[in-house]
Amino acid sequence: MDSVYTIIFYVFSFLAVYIQIFFLVTFLDKRKTIKWSPAELVLDSYPTVTIAVPIYNEERTIVKTVESLLSLDYPKDKLKIFLVDDGSKDNSWSTIQVFKDNPSIVLLQKENGGKHTAINLALEKTDSEFFACLDSDSFVHDQALKRILKYFETDPKAMAVVPSVIIYNPKNIVQIIQKVEYDMAIYTKKTLGLMGGMQTTPGPLSTFRKKVFDELGPYRKAHNTEDQEMALRMQEHGYKIDYCPDAYIYTNAPHSVSKLYRQRVRWIYGFIKNLIDYRRILFKKKYGPVALFTLPSGIVAIFGIIFIFTTIFYNIIKFIINKYIEIQTIGFAHFFNFNYKFEWFFVSTKAALFFSIILYILVIVSLLIGRKLSTGKANFSFSMFYYIIIFSVIAPFWMLRAIYNAIFSKESSWTFERRVINN
Amino acid sequence: MHQHEPNDWKKYVIVLFITSTIFISGLWISNYLNSKKINQVRNIEDKISLDLMSSETQFNLLQEISCKDISNTVLSSELSSLASKISYSENNIGVENVDVVSLKKYYSLLEIKDYILMKRITDRCGQKSVFILYFYGNDNCQDCTKQGYVLTSLSEKYPNLRVYSFDYNLDLSAIRAMISIYKVPNNLPAIVINGKVYSGFNSIEAIEKLIPDVVRDRAIELKQKALLEEKAAKDKTSLKNDTKNQ
Repeated sequence: MDSVYTIIFYVFSFLAVYIQIFFLVTFLDKRKTIKWSPAELVLDSYPTVTIAVPIYNEERTIVKTVESLLSLDYPKDKLKIFLVDDGSKDNSWSTIQVFKDNPSIVLLQKENGGKHTAINLALEKTDSEFFACLDSDSFVHDQALKRILKYFETDPKAMAVVPSVIIYNPKNIVQIIQKVEYDMAIYTKKTLGLMGGMQTTPGPLSTFRKKVFDELGPYRKAHNTEDQEMALRMQEHGYKIDYCPDAYIYTNAPHSVSKLYRQRVRWIYGFIKNLIDYRRILFKKKYGPVALFTLPSGIVAIFGIIFIFTTIFYNIIKFIINKYIEIQTIGFAHFFNFNYKFEWFFVSTKAALFFSIILYILVIVSLLIGRKLSTGKANFSFSMFYYIIIFSVIAPFWMLRAIYNAIFSKESSWTFERRVINN
Repeated sequence: MHQHEPNDWKKYVIVLFITSTIFISGLWISNYLNSKKINQVRNIEDKISLDLMSSETQFNLLQEISCKDISNTVLSSELSSLASKISYSENNIGVENVDVVSLKKYYSLLEIKDYILMKRITDRCGQKSVFILYFYGNDNCQDCTKQGYVLTSLSEKYPNLRVYSFDYNLDLSAIRAMISIYKVPNNLPAIVINGKVYSGFNSIEAIEKLIPDVVRDRAIELKQKALLEEKAAKDKTSLKNDTKNQ
């Protein structure tokens, strides 16, 4: 039993270290090629762009979102904004009427059908060269669109460009640790972009050449993670997805553990389901890094985290049972006996401990690189510790729940989550 | 049809090489530190062995003279700290590790030697020690864990009690000899007190009934100590009162 456990532990830690080093090597190798935009960015040409904003019960944030889009530094006659009300039950529709006279804005209303149907409605009604969508809880940096389009201009092979998502105004601990996580994602996503292994084109202003949809078809429901499915479909067909680290999009993060939990169950559930749908590309070399590296890494991460969690849980239970037996046998005589003398002999020298230390060092390096990319300074902060500790405790729960849901096909809906986030 | 960039196989191999190097280094460092620990334990055992031999020799030399001259150099406290190091090594390095097993055999032999010597000293010089031989099993013996707690607690309570623990399944002829001498059954845990075997779990109260002399002596000792303390406290207060009165 012990040796089986040790072998599993070694396999997982080997794979986890491999993944971290792979990121690091790719990043160090290609970091010189990361393009940072100058303050005054000028494009050779300004192609037409459509941005679709799917709305479901967003009366409180939608005006701010649209205003941020209107202040984008981009020629007004080249930019169309489609506000699609997906059958909201609140006053979203009447709220967005303030924009009805704006020539850049088109208002659409439809019966509730899910986020992908709202975006697809906008897709049907546009013939611009580029298409993006923006979640209605996010705001854009005024240079974001130009910086994204510069990527398309310099690289004709780029078919989609994903921006940097930053947590807007993090207030409590749940949001602060997500900020740490999103900063790290700037590093991991940029590196995936550099190696050509992006597995998702997230909701906040991922931008596509319109012909991607003409050739591959519109968004699909895809277990309520249409942004993951779109990216996998593109990867399957060899469409390049890049990442623009200085196109900033600010998003409202879930501010409580239960809301974060629901969001992550949906993400992981979507990942598992889409992975099953696209299992044909897994480990096939013709589909590139997404099939050989990104998707396998996701599987390792889910099972690795669950494995570590079960181990810790098992040890805690074992400790409690032993203490219980001790108390039952000899009473409380030893319970408060803490006069342990420190001796180097009793410091663990298991190889497993070294691997865990190496792994944590690599995670902290990733966090520091992410912070450097996000703020320009690689300074250490305590929120990184909180992130590591809190996420190691709560992440296994949403992973287990997502696996459970995936096995029994219980979907968590986008509209349901929206309703909860707005409450 | 769009095409992926060609796969960068070189990178996959380089990363594999780096990761393997880290792993091999980790295993090597762990091995190196473990062997240092094993050496440390072996050194302690050598030292105890030397001390035991010296005590034995001293006893043989002096047995015709007086019991007062037997210095109490036999090292039960060092033996028990050694026990915790060996049991930690079993967890940290592995129960089946050849070095750990050999350390454990050495330790068991030292215990037996200590037991024989102490028994001789006790018999000759009328000391009041009582010996418990404790046989435990390593696998799935929950009562052994409980018995361990009981014996640790008892030996802290009664300093005159000397507990020697033996792994019943350890492949050591001296242990096999003890098992056959005392007819210890394989129904573990089992304890031997004054040559009699008690198998199965025995609670604190049950064992205390088997060692009435030790319990009584300890009670008397504690009473005397309490009286002395009371007297000292009285003296102190009267001294204080005297100084106040002056």
